[in-house]
Amino acid sequence: MRLQYSSNIRIIEMPCSGTIDHRVLLQAFEDGADGVFVAGCMEGDCHFQKGNYRAKKRVNAVKKLLDEIGLGGDRLEMYNLSAAMGPRFAEIANEMTERIRQLGPSPLRKDKAGTSRKEGDVA
Amino acid sequence: MIIAQQKPIKDIAAMIEDCKKVLLVGCAGCVTVCLSGGEKETEVLASSLRIMRRLQGNPLETVTITATRQCDPEYIEPLENLVKDVDAIISLACGVGVQYLAERFHDKWVVPAQNTMFVGGSRTHGVWEERCGLCGDCILHRTGGICPIIRCSKSILNGPCGGSQYGKCEISKDVDCAWQLIYDRMKALGKLDKLMEIQPPKDWSKSRDGGPRKAIREDVMIG
Repeated sequence: MRLQYSSNIRIIEMPCSGTIDHRVLLQAFEDGADGVFVAGCMEGDCHFQKGNYRAKKRVNAVKKLLDEIGLGGDRLEMYNLSAAMGPRFAEIANEMTERIRQLGPSPLRKDKAGTSRKEGDVA
Repeated sequence: MIIAQQKPIKDIAAMIEDCKKVLLVGCAGCVTVCLSGGEKETEVLASSLRIMRRLQGNPLETVTITATRQCDPEYIEPLENLVKDVDAIISLACGVGVQYLAERFHDKWVVPAQNTMFVGGSRTHGVWEERCGLCGDCILHRTGGICPIIRCSKSILNGPCGGSQYGKCEISKDVDCAWQLIYDRMKALGKLDKLMEIQPPKDWSKSRDGGPRKAIREDVMIG
């Protein structure tokens, strides 16, 4: 399956979306990511029972925090898909890239000259 | 434990708007357990403040550390080297920790990141409930292990009052009537007669009515 998706995505592998921590998400933004999406397993399919549900709660909490601090919660999203859903991954990658393009580059990158362009981080 | 809740981030940012470098001090005691001021929360707050300030074009440098307890001088003493070159200290401890830091580092601007709320326990993950009124003269042995001082909205000692309806307090259908709970438990224990014993008025001088309190144990003093 040779699928194309936006080349500006940097994938960060985590052992489970349930290991996602507020700090990891904020660090991605501090390091210059324009947007971040967390790709967890399908709801109900978590090998560890509730990892993806916990990730969703944390992502929602960080979205709220990003709104409060002025960066905007729209730059972060949680998606659920299985490892066998390649086409859906490509679709999400393109969908998120398009969303972030519309929002524009992260205002945090203005003061960070030379930072390579990163439109999305995937966990 | 002491339960605290973080202040809105905009309020915290406003307290340090003139600062270029701040030290954020978490506390590994109660506020770590109630998930509001431990190591993780300290780092999340530092990151949030840095992002806010970068967006404002006025970058903020942060240093973070989490003390074993902020309410013990021996654990805040090692912060001295970190405190030297910061403009302010943000404490994520309860009000005790903030005051201990302010006393020890009296030439520094020390600000609270938390609102200290009450003494309580965890009901389930993410839910904490008030359980002790810190009255200084515990009467739980007479009330079936249910504290009327803090769990009765009026802190009455001879309830229930007329506001008790179907086991709930008139202030909210989500609040149990403490005196209904006390009665039910004492009845189940076969100790209703205990509630009929005449008690002298409660000595409120042991509570806040006596001013700031101090506990002294000469047997454990060193030197």
